Amino acid sequence: MPSLKDIKKRIGSVKNTQQITKAMKMVAAAKLRRAQEAAVAARPYAQKLHKVVSHLAQREEADGHPFLSPRGKDRALVLLLTADRGLCGGFNANPSKEAERFIRNNSEGYAHIDLMIIGRKGRDFLRNRVGDKITKVYEDITGNVTFKTAQLIGEDIVLKYEDETYDAVYLIYNAFQSAVVQNVTVEQLLPIQAQEEEKHEADSVDYLYEPSRGEVLADILPKMVEVQLFRALLESNASEQGARMSAMDSASRNASEMIGKLTLQYNRARQAAITKELMEIISGAESIK
Amino acid sequence: MAEKLKLDMVTPYKQVLSEEVDELTLPGLVGELGILPGHTPLLTTLRVGEMSYKKGGQHFHVAVNWGYVEIDEDAVTVLVDTAEKSDEIDLARAKAAMGRAEQALKTMSQEDKSYAIMERALQRALIRIQVAGKMR
Repeated sequence: MPSLKDIKKRIGSVKNTQQITKAMKMVAAAKLRRAQEAAVAARPYAQKLHKVVSHLAQREEADGHPFLSPRGKDRALVLLLTADRGLCGGFNANPSKEAERFIRNNSEGYAHIDLMIIGRKGRDFLRNRVGDKITKVYEDITGNVTFKTAQLIGEDIVLKYEDETYDAVYLIYNAFQSAVVQNVTVEQLLPIQAQEEEKHEADSVDYLYEPSRGEVLADILPKMVEVQLFRALLESNASEQGARMSAMDSASRNASEMIGKLTLQYNRARQAAITKELMEIISGAESIK
Repeated sequence: MAEKLKLDMVTPYKQVLSEEVDELTLPGLVGELGILPGHTPLLTTLRVGEMSYKKGGQHFHVAVNWGYVEIDEDAVTVLVDTAEKSDEIDLARAKAAMGRAEQALKTMSQEDKSYAIMERALQRALIRIQVAGKMR
C-alpha cells in the first residue's frame, strides 16, 4: 500500500499533466479553426482549376500531353504528408503505415519507388523501416502553409517528372473530414487524372486558346500539381490540429478519471490511518487502567 | 444571349469575387481582352495587370497577378495567384515595393538571376499603384 505522501505526489503529477493536455487541446482548437477556414477557402480555387483541367483533358486525347497520359511503370515517387510534432493520436502513424504498405504492395508493379516526406514525424517512423527509399525530407513547413511552399515543392516534383526521373507521383495525406475524422488518402498527383463524372456536352464547342493550346497546357498543368499539393498541405494541417485536439481531449479525460481514482485511494488510506491511530490510543489507554 | 456575365474570381487563398457583371476587361498574355456576354468559349493565360469590370454603370478595378481565365457560356472563371481590389491596395506598401525594386534593378545587370524577379516585382508594384489611383 503506497503511503499518503506517495499518493498525494501522484495526484499532483497527474494534475500537472492534465493542465498541459488541456492547454494543448485549447491551442489545437484555436489553430484548428484557422486551419479549417484556410482549407475551406482554398477549395473553390482547386475545384475550379480541376474543372478547367478536366475540360482540357477531355479534349486532349489526341495530343497526349505527358502530364495527362500514363507512361511506363518504372519509377514512382510517393509524397507523404505528416506533421513535425507528435501528440496527435494516429495522425502521423496512419499515413506513414499506408506509405509503407503502398511501397510493399507496389514493389512488383514499379521497379523503383522513392519516398519524399514532409514532416519530421513521418521520417522518424519510416527511417528504420524503409529508410533507403527516402530521398528527401522537408521539415518545418507544416505549421505555416503558404502557396509559395507548395509552389517550390511542386516545381521540384514537376521537374523530376518532366525529365523522367519518375513515371508517376502519388500523394498520401490525411484528408480533413471533420474535427474528429481524418481519412488517410492516396491520390495520384501525376499523371493528372481527369474527373470522369461530368462528361461535358460542350465537347462539340471549340474552345479558343490564347496564345495556343500547347502553351496554355504547358502553363496550367504544372500549376495544377502545385494547387493540389497546396490543398493537401492545408487539409493535412487542419487534420493535424483536429487529431491533436481529440487526442488531447481524451488525454484530459483520462487524467480526470485517474485523479478521481487516486483521490478515492488517498481518502481510504487517510481513513485507515486515522482508524489505526485511534485504535492505538484506545488500546494504550486501556493498558494503563 | 444572356444579358450578364457570371464572374467568379478565385485565388488559392479565397474566393475574391462572385458577381454578375455587364462587361469585363482582362490583361491577356497577348493583349487586353474585352469580354461581353455571348463570348466564344476561351481559355487563356493572364499576365500581371489590371482587370476591370462594369456593373450597373459603375466601374471596378482589380490588380491581378498571373493566372488563367476560362470563359464558357457566359460564365467567366478567373483563377489568379493574387488579386486586390482597388480599395484594398495598400498604396504606401506598393510605393515602398516600387522603390525597393527600382533600387535593386539599378545595381544589377541584366544577367543577374534575380533581375527578372525584381523586374516582375516592379511590374506588380506599378500595377498596384495604377489600380489604386482609379479608386472611386
